[in-house]
Amino acid sequence: MYLTQFLLLAAFLFCVGIYGVIARKNAVLVLMSIELILNSVNINLVALGAWRGFEEQIIASVFSLFIIAVAAAEVGVGLAIVLLIYRNRQSVDLSQVAEMKG
Amino acid sequence: MLEYAWVVPAITFTSFWIILLFGKKLPMKGAEVGIGALVMCFVLSVALSGAWISRTADLEVEAHKTVETGEHGSKTDDHGGESDSSGDHGGGGDHRLVLPSPAPLVMGAAEGGEGGHHSYIIREPVQKEWTWFSNGQIDIKAGIHIDGLAVALLFVVSTISLLVHIFSTSYVHGDERFTHYFAFLSLFTTGMFVLVTASNTLQALFGWELMGLCSFGLIGHWWEQYPNARAALKAFFTTRTGDVGLLVGISILFFAAGETFDIASTNAAAIAGEIPDGVLIAAAAALLVAVIGKSAQFPLHTWLPDAMAGPTPVSALIHAATMVVAGVYLIARLYGVFWEAFDIADGGFNAIAIVGGITILIAAALAFVQRDIKKVLAYSTVSQLGFMVMALGVGAWTAAIFHLFTHAFFKACLFLGAGSVSHSGSHHSFDMVADMGGLKKYMPKTFWTFATATLALAGVPPLAGFWSKDEILLGAGENGYTFFLVVGLVGAFMTAAYMTRCVYLTFFGEPRGAAAHHHPHESPSTITIPLIILAVLSVFAGLLNAPGILKFTEWTDNITVITAGMEHHDFSIITALFSVVVGLGGILTAYAYYWKGFRVGVLKYDQGISGSIYRFLGNKYYLDDLYEKGVVAGVSGPVARAAYWINQKVLDGVVNGAGVTARGLARFVYEILDQKVVDGIVNGTGYASEGAGAGLRVVQTGKVQQYAVAMFIGVIAFAGLLVVFV
Repeated sequence: MYLTQFLLLAAFLFCVGIYGVIARKNAVLVLMSIELILNSVNINLVALGAWRGFEEQIIASVFSLFIIAVAAAEVGVGLAIVLLIYRNRQSVDLSQVAEMKG
Repeated sequence: MLEYAWVVPAITFTSFWIILLFGKKLPMKGAEVGIGALVMCFVLSVALSGAWISRTADLEVEAHKTVETGEHGSKTDDHGGESDSSGDHGGGGDHRLVLPSPAPLVMGAAEGGEGGHHSYIIREPVQKEWTWFSNGQIDIKAGIHIDGLAVALLFVVSTISLLVHIFSTSYVHGDERFTHYFAFLSLFTTGMFVLVTASNTLQALFGWELMGLCSFGLIGHWWEQYPNARAALKAFFTTRTGDVGLLVGISILFFAAGETFDIASTNAAAIAGEIPDGVLIAAAAALLVAVIGKSAQFPLHTWLPDAMAGPTPVSALIHAATMVVAGVYLIARLYGVFWEAFDIADGGFNAIAIVGGITILIAAALAFVQRDIKKVLAYSTVSQLGFMVMALGVGAWTAAIFHLFTHAFFKACLFLGAGSVSHSGSHHSFDMVADMGGLKKYMPKTFWTFATATLALAGVPPLAGFWSKDEILLGAGENGYTFFLVVGLVGAFMTAAYMTRCVYLTFFGEPRGAAAHHHPHESPSTITIPLIILAVLSVFAGLLNAPGILKFTEWTDNITVITAGMEHHDFSIITALFSVVVGLGGILTAYAYYWKGFRVGVLKYDQGISGSIYRFLGNKYYLDDLYEKGVVAGVSGPVARAAYWINQKVLDGVVNGAGVTARGLARFVYEILDQKVVDGIVNGTGYASEGAGAGLRVVQTGKVQQYAVAMFIGVIAFAGLLVVFV
């Protein structure tokens, strides 16, 4: 097992996620892309923890579990916002949501 | 009771403000406030007198007889106890002046110790003080010092002032400044009350100056006429000349007596010989100048006759109770200082007695040639003040105060009588020769009261003036001032004569001028009642100190006078006889001259030597000329020119220069500072924020994903920094 493979996977997922957040217009897809970014971070943590040793692996796993829990909460809030946006404008197109324009 | 004496000046001071602020809206235009206040003061001062008289005499004071030879040695011996007491004084507050005395308790004024020592039991003065302000180590106090002298003066001032107030309601009725007149009367009375109750010289100065101010206001009450305004100015400036002396004297005494203004401790220090002779003499001389100015003594007496320009009741108040007696009071109050500085105990001559003696004679002589009834009385006052000052100079302290006391009543009576005559008899004229005469049958009450007061002034027994004048002459004779005894007798003769002349010209003979043409009649009761009260007082006031009674002496005895070693003399029938003969002689001479037309050569005033004397007197010894043309013109001419030059060249230059500079400066400030710098900053701030806003506006697209891009770029930038630098 090589550390590099995991890190490459994580980097790939991160880039996909960033692309999704920046380029997609569908709010649901943006949320999903955020999940990809978070999970890439989780992979990084677990991989690096395993690579460093047993104790670090446990710490990294606990950290990842925290991130998963926070991500779940975040998705809950995010989906609620998306739902409200949809209700108000019958669309989840983020390029149209520009009320905060200065 | 006595420690509440401060209420008396407080009442009149309050009344001054009430009259000033609300007087015009009141039904009697403020007069009722003034009268009410004075009634309260009168009642209070009667109560205070009662409290003083019923006060137990429990303070034993040991007198030391000043021995003329080896003075200093005997003084230091005698003063063991007194230095202690002066230490007590310095402590201020409610000090008890119990002087340790080796002599056993002796009652009354009986002789106690041996070897020229007397022990007196007197009433302890009441002193109550509050700290006025503190300056470093020195507490300046404000307070009252009540003893027999203060109580006597309070009684006199409140009585005369009350009667003057009542009299004035008729006399200045309908005057356009009626309200202000009463306000000033209140303030004037306040000044005198403050002076007589003051426990320290600084406070006395306040009262003194207050009176100076009010006399200016009241003498110039009818200032629309130029002479009145001029007389007010003259009174103010002349007394002011003396006031400089007061300030100097007070300052010297303050340091000499150990940085205290307290009168009691100043006196004690002076008598105990703690103040060096030179300092004491300088202080006393400065104070004497103040007295000369205020009490109208020679050579600064000229303001007092001119002060007749004021309303007559004011003259009565000034002459009888306030203002001019302030000077006499000052000497009496600081008697320890004068006693030691001028060696009064030594007899012979001294500055105070000389000033007083000269004043008696020159003023009495001037009174003979006046046509104006008020001026006769004015010179009479000057002359009588001379008597008081001379009495103080010859060591007859009690006699001086007693004369002040009695003189107040009959002089007030005479002035109010003159006011009554002009009010109802001579159509507002005061000219005896032109507008009076024969008024006796038209104005009986005025005549009888005026005649009574005249007899009292002339010293006819048993009226008031006899007793007090007799005491002065007695004191002069017994204390080794024989010369001044003679001066006093001559003065008494002249007094009797000129007053008889005044009565003759006013009330006897044929009516002349206004008295003949304007239906003279008796004055209203608000005028005659004060006259009657004063006439009664001028009959009986003297009995207070008649031989065998001597209450006044007992009441006014105080520590200063006794420790100084002043003596009370027993009534002498010889002196009394002389004084009566002289007084009656004066009256008879004048009677013979005016009623009987008995004229010997020298008395024909239009010829020869007596003619030149008459002109000399008529011109008031040319003193006014000296002052007006010599001093005033000499000073005011060049000073006025110099002031004008300075005004034109220097001051105008400065003012103009300041103006030009200010204009240039203002222009610079406006054009450069204001327009460019300040406005630039203000506008610049605005423009900057506007530009920044316009720039930042582009960034704020409202699109979440663009924000995310920015954030991502930022994170990458920071990550790059982290990689490069860490």
